Amino acid sequence: MTTTNDTKATRAPARALGGTEPRARFRDLVTAEWIKLRSLRSTWIAYAATALAVIALNVGTAYDTSSHWAEQNQEEADFIRNGIPLQDAFTVNASMIMMLALGALGAVMILVEYGTGMIRTTFAAVPARRSVLAAKAVVLTMTATAFGAFVASTSFVLTQAVLNGKGVGVPISHPGALRLVLASALLAPVSALVGLALGTVLRHTAATMTASVLLLFMLPIALSDDRHWQATLGHATPYRAWLKLAETGHTPSPFPWTTTGAWTVYALWAIAAAALAITSVHRRDQLSRRHHPQSPRQLPGPRIPGRPDSRSTRRTDRLASSERPRVASRAGTVAAASRS
Amino acid sequence: MIEVNGLTKRYGGTTAVKDLTFTVRPGRVTGFLGPNGAGKSTTLRMILGLHEPSSGTVTVGGRPFRDRSRGLRHVGSLLDAHDVHGGRTAAAHLAALAAGNRIPRHRVAEVLQEAGLAEAARRRIGGFSLGMKQRLGIASALLGDPPVLIFDEPLNGLDPEGVKWVRDLFRRLAAEGRTVFVSSHLMSEMEHTADQLVVIGRGELIAAESLAGFSARGTRSDVTVGTSASSVLEGLLAAEGATVRVEGDLLVVTGLTSVQVGEIAQRHRLPIHHLSTRSSSLEEAFMELTADSVQYLAGESR
Repeated sequence: MTTTNDTKATRAPARALGGTEPRARFRDLVTAEWIKLRSLRSTWIAYAATALAVIALNVGTAYDTSSHWAEQNQEEADFIRNGIPLQDAFTVNASMIMMLALGALGAVMILVEYGTGMIRTTFAAVPARRSVLAAKAVVLTMTATAFGAFVASTSFVLTQAVLNGKGVGVPISHPGALRLVLASALLAPVSALVGLALGTVLRHTAATMTASVLLLFMLPIALSDDRHWQATLGHATPYRAWLKLAETGHTPSPFPWTTTGAWTVYALWAIAAAALAITSVHRRDQLSRRHHPQSPRQLPGPRIPGRPDSRSTRRTDRLASSERPRVASRAGTVAAASRS
Repeated sequence: MIEVNGLTKRYGGTTAVKDLTFTVRPGRVTGFLGPNGAGKSTTLRMILGLHEPSSGTVTVGGRPFRDRSRGLRHVGSLLDAHDVHGGRTAAAHLAALAAGNRIPRHRVAEVLQEAGLAEAARRRIGGFSLGMKQRLGIASALLGDPPVLIFDEPLNGLDPEGVKWVRDLFRRLAAEGRTVFVSSHLMSEMEHTADQLVVIGRGELIAAESLAGFSARGTRSDVTVGTSASSVLEGLLAAEGATVRVEGDLLVVTGLTSVQVGEIAQRHRLPIHHLSTRSSSLEEAFMELTADSVQYLAGESR
């Protein structure tokens, strides 16, 4: 098979695209990821639903405040004005909902690729996996930031308009108002990147969602503010950072910290999450989601004496191949559900 | 050109692919054959850098595929037609792939046309039949106009017209000087498509040669003979070293030619009413060569 067709072998293929390959550019990958994201109807529905929920929660709270607003003398009104309007501009509940929803949306961006098997098509087209994940992180950051900016500014405008019905709304120039809007807007990309990182590392929908809730939501709530180490750890979470940035006036605390510190927490989480997502895809095998109908893998029955236990599932290189469809198909089911 | 050298892949205690060495050359269609679970898909994934070999190397066009920053202009592949997101339209799916590889947008319409999916371009992939998904996968493999094309079981789910289209396409791509590597677990699919064969079983190489060479190697020709004195002839033939078994009122002889069988019968004046040579088909050659590996493999993963 070596000699007979050597003339054929050395002939360059007829090319429809022209022979020279253009230089690879990172922005092409960003375009590709943007096309992928926007071409899914579920993306629009999920972001729109989250925006609606967050804005409605804030405006609802503002309406509640305004409808219970009793007539007060000027002094009392001024005192309250320093706190209440900004608390309503972006409520604690809204921030939690947005954090969890954006964490999920960030995770879905990669989980849907693992769930459908699209990831293999993606990596076969672009073997530079870290660049793919970096492009995903860029698109996600831009999308989530735009989303956060819209939701936070719309919430501010609408809530203050509602409160102005009672003459107690504040302008954006009010001390702390701009910081609150910015902090709320940026909570979206930070949460989304954390979700992306968790999804990339865990590759399993249920595990990722659980980890996301634990990390973004349970951890900051569980940590007390009264012990030094817990307070320090707590301050290092995005949710507490948001609370610090959203703070109006002075809240007494045994271990006070600064808004600069809170902004730094935002930045570090975003950078660490992006770095984790980008580096974790480099060396791992891309598992198969499903098998061909005639594949013997589908046959039931025990086999696999050498199958490693579940603890080694993260070391996928050592993962028994028989384990693959099972692990992956679960992710596929949930991802399929989340797609519709 | 795909060069596989000492390729081995182990998952835990299971060895999916063991010390594979072969070369897939341009200008012809090379079939990649093996029973289910032989390690074909694992090998193809390693060629595409999706799985890391436990040992050994594989290069495409002289370089490991993982070393390329963009892949579609070097290797077009269809590993699993389901490796797509059902929520996207065919056009959007291909547009994203094209964008990432800096392939001009007009190629999307071209390959959709080529694959017979022009009408379905704006439809969601989720509503596609398996055959349509195969066509889409083939379209995406063609997108970058690559010199090397890899297809894993591309004929699954295709209607007869689709099968013909795929065969003609593979032949044309090979005639254009490209490397075309197509896996299948059915010899009959390759019989009319491939020029060269790489056959594996149980993760190990069984043969890497031309279709003709393979069929000659695997062929065991039987001689079928009919006589009224079956038991006498059976004894005579066995004495000559042949293996004889009875099939109805005929004897099936292995190890002697029809001429030899005829001469023996004549020497002993035995009446013969039937004498023919039966050579095994490619399918049988394949079954024969892979028989051992299949037994051990039932239930094993690919």
